[in-house]
Amino acid sequence: MSGMFGSQGSGDTSGFGGLVRVSVSEGSSERPYGGYFDEVADDLERAYPDFADAIEKVVVDRGELTLHVKREKLLEVALILRDKLLFEMSLGVNGVHYPAEVGRELHAVIHLLSMTHNRRIRLEISVPDSDPHMPSLVEVWAGSNWNEREVFDMFGIIFDGHPGLTRILMPDDWRGHPQRKDYPLGGIPVEYKGATVPPPSERRSYR
Amino acid sequence: MSTSTDPLIDPYATSRETTEGRVFSVTGGDWDSLVTEIGATKEERVVVNMGPQHPSTHGVLRLVLELEGESVTELRAGIGYLHTGIEKNAEYRSWTQGVTFVTRMDYLAPLFNEAAYCLGVEKLLGITDDVTERASAIRVLMMEFNRISSHMVALGTGALELGALSPMIFCFREREKVLDVFEMISGLRMNMAYIRPGGVAQDLPPNALAKIRETVKELRRDFKDNDKLLIGNTIWMKRTEDVGYLDLAGCTTLGVTGPVLRATGMPWDLRKLQPYSGYENYNFDVVTADTCDVYGRFLIRMSELEQSLRIIEQCVDKLEKLEGQPVMVADKKIAWPSQLALGGDGLGNSLDHIREIMGTSMESLIHHFKLVTEGFRVPAGQIYEAVESPRGEIGVHLVSDGGTRPYRLHFREPSFNNLQSTSAMCEGSLIADVVAAVASIDPVMGGVDR
Repeated sequence: MSGMFGSQGSGDTSGFGGLVRVSVSEGSSERPYGGYFDEVADDLERAYPDFADAIEKVVVDRGELTLHVKREKLLEVALILRDKLLFEMSLGVNGVHYPAEVGRELHAVIHLLSMTHNRRIRLEISVPDSDPHMPSLVEVWAGSNWNEREVFDMFGIIFDGHPGLTRILMPDDWRGHPQRKDYPLGGIPVEYKGATVPPPSERRSYR
Repeated sequence: MSTSTDPLIDPYATSRETTEGRVFSVTGGDWDSLVTEIGATKEERVVVNMGPQHPSTHGVLRLVLELEGESVTELRAGIGYLHTGIEKNAEYRSWTQGVTFVTRMDYLAPLFNEAAYCLGVEKLLGITDDVTERASAIRVLMMEFNRISSHMVALGTGALELGALSPMIFCFREREKVLDVFEMISGLRMNMAYIRPGGVAQDLPPNALAKIRETVKELRRDFKDNDKLLIGNTIWMKRTEDVGYLDLAGCTTLGVTGPVLRATGMPWDLRKLQPYSGYENYNFDVVTADTCDVYGRFLIRMSELEQSLRIIEQCVDKLEKLEGQPVMVADKKIAWPSQLALGGDGLGNSLDHIREIMGTSMESLIHHFKLVTEGFRVPAGQIYEAVESPRGEIGVHLVSDGGTRPYRLHFREPSFNNLQSTSAMCEGSLIADVVAAVASIDPVMGGVDR
């Protein structure tokens, strides 16, 4: 437990406190998941015999269901989700970089929407920085095309089977992947009324 | 045409050595050889770059067209000319400062960016139910006004690009009225950063509701001018009917939402199906068309104007009843401590608040300082929150590591996904129809490139 402003042993006597920082649950959620999540998990288990092998864990947090899928099984799971569970629309792929998670630094997060059932789920796939390959889902949802190019551009995840995996937002000859945590934000110090304001990435950070 | 890169043998770029270094004299290319070269190839294929500097591509969109005569055989869209790194920048700012960044993404619908972001932060904080009814009603009011101003630009510039000048004049006249309302309420006409995590920046000014009622009346009267000009207009119909065809299967696989999806007959509107900010308490219709073409999307936008006015009227009635309710959550550890006030030189710091923190209460000063410089902590986790923007589903994926700044912030921009469908809509059609199709998607490049 730490105070409102996160002080730890600094003698903060302001009286603020009360916000308990809950660390993200790394383990799977326990059944029942609640809402339609149990139904989705049951349907997927029934339609896909390899469920236990392909799904690393199921997390329910803040009313949202996340399935952590092994990258080797992603295409199979995606096809079943689209055809059997009727998740017709993919809302795109997004990357997140966790440098501290050694061996699974790069995460791809896919949000799916079932218009038939009015349901949403999230798939999360993690790949190591040393081997940043995962299958492309353009064959399953054609709209993933630009989204996967953006994740490649920003994080360097290589989507195998993508019809034309090139940079999309940054110039073609750009070096590095800007959204990774080790990529600097840039910026220069600015002088204002005699004092110097450092660039945002070098200002004091409050952890 | 010569393709040599060695300047010494390039006939169009002779060079000579001087004391300052090598000096090049660049001359024009030889058009005769270019024409001969084209004539020698069997197929007549011309590749044309339309944009990024082109008046009818809605900003800095670049379309690479492969043409056979007037027909488009292949179309590729090039984007990234307006990439500003907003998502990366927001990782170095506090959660409240993030609003000021995301409002600049889709610059025609800033309040939807703010609403999606703030609803996301509230979901992460677990305070969704603490947002007061008045704050939610003000959000809905502002969003629906914003939908009108955004549709006005979509319709006005869309008509302009197809050669109809008068609708543009009318649309921008109406949009000015909406921007006046924004200015009265938030102090700014665009990029207001008005919706904040926990509520809105400040309450409505006195007499705002009367002014809004007046504006709604004027808008409803003046929208008829556009109706008369375009609906059923023979030239307009010929330019838009059966143009830019995209059916339901195409929309779902390409992730296309908004008016383009509703033009396939699918009544998909998140305000009805996955309501947020109390949309379930308002009466309005989801407008659809079944033509899958540019004309259908145009009709949907025209009808959505009236639906937005209906919602605004209900908001005004509701706000009248909720007079005096706070517009920010009660938790002082999240609510911004400063209050704004209208002074002689415009909207600025409230003198009462400054008097309190500088003259009366040291604790207030500390609280203000800590909250403004450091910000509040958001429990670790990730969420996805979506709202129905004028262009479709705008979703925000927020990841927090428990700190005072977002760990990762990503917007699922409707313009970005919808723009992918340009190829499907345009290949096989005429160049002139490309302009109509792009206008009907209504992409905003600030949102596409972020």
